[in-house]
Amino acid sequence: MFEIFTKLADWSTYSVLGLTPKTHLAEAVHFFVEDVTKIFFLLVLVIFAIGLFRSMLTPERVRKVVAGRSRAVSYPMAVGLGAVTPFCSCSSVPLFIGFLEAGIPLGVTMAFLIASPMINEVAVVVLAAAVGWKIAVLYVVAGLTVGILGGLAIEFFKLEKWVEEYVWKIRMGETVLQQGATTLKQRVDYAWGQVKEIFGRIWIYVLIGVGIGAALHGFVPQEFFLKYASADNLLAVPSAVLVGIPLYSNATGVIPIVEALLSKGVPIGTVLALMMSVAAISLPEMIILRKVLKPQLIATFIGILFVAFITVGYLFNALLT
Amino acid sequence: MKNFKVLGSGCKKCATTADLISAKAADLGIDIEIEKVTDMGAIMGYGVMSTPGVVLNEAVVHSGSIPTPKSIEDWIKS
Repeated sequence: MFEIFTKLADWSTYSVLGLTPKTHLAEAVHFFVEDVTKIFFLLVLVIFAIGLFRSMLTPERVRKVVAGRSRAVSYPMAVGLGAVTPFCSCSSVPLFIGFLEAGIPLGVTMAFLIASPMINEVAVVVLAAAVGWKIAVLYVVAGLTVGILGGLAIEFFKLEKWVEEYVWKIRMGETVLQQGATTLKQRVDYAWGQVKEIFGRIWIYVLIGVGIGAALHGFVPQEFFLKYASADNLLAVPSAVLVGIPLYSNATGVIPIVEALLSKGVPIGTVLALMMSVAAISLPEMIILRKVLKPQLIATFIGILFVAFITVGYLFNALLT
Repeated sequence: MKNFKVLGSGCKKCATTADLISAKAADLGIDIEIEKVTDMGAIMGYGVMSTPGVVLNEAVVHSGSIPTPKSIEDWIKS
């Protein structure tokens, strides 16, 4: 299905640019052209298709659906809906307050906020195209599990005391349920709007990610990673998570790097740990959440994620190598 | 005169929304009042959870995204 992108890359690398096959530069350029065209094509297709379905879903609806459910239902629901509900990171704060105000427990709310950036449909589809469905499904399952366990941990330690006091005092007005899209035209308009908005936001991350991936692919020798990042090296997973914290991109932008690392023989658990860390622990998001969470809870939140990603890394390395 | 409030914690989308409304009103030559509401309690008081939100004469008309030029024009002319 994706041969056309390989052919396009063959043609532009060897015919248009006249590079010699098998050289470092040719390999890097080939990787770059193939991945950029493939990912851009998939992005447009997937965002549009998902947009048609999610035109009915809003955070206000999620709040209504999750409120008042038992924990056995609300946790899985929160992470599942967190993965598909569209909201921009600047809405994290009103969303957080709105959930708590509706009586949704702190743990469930945090589970929603953890799962949301980690799993997104675009990342999953592009990951599947790059490295196969099996790994993509594993990534989703791991992400949902981390969301639930993270939320449960916050609930277990009763961390409500580390939510800023004013949050508990806010009373919400009658929620305006936005009229969802009803006609086909509205849905298409919404989906197309999503393509323009999301594509406009992330194309640069994709280019940077593919650029780094291409450099790794073409110029970094295989032995380098085998030496430092093999499954035998127990420090590789924690290091991958640490490296991922200051790097901020969305999950989609990291995928070319993931692909290049895997092709260089870095084990899957280490790579998934890096991907989760880049996507879910981001400085801008933490600064936004600081408005509602005290520093202790932010630190605990990062700590829980850190441990969870390392566990995921070791687990996958142990199971799949 | 119509009074617009743009609800949002001060993110880029909220600023864009306010700018779009001001620009459209200027285009149409209609005077409006516009203010940005960044206080979380006030935003939640309108029942808005996803920002940017738009309030026209104290009624919420939009939330969760940058509004389309067409809806902005409709609000100003309404």
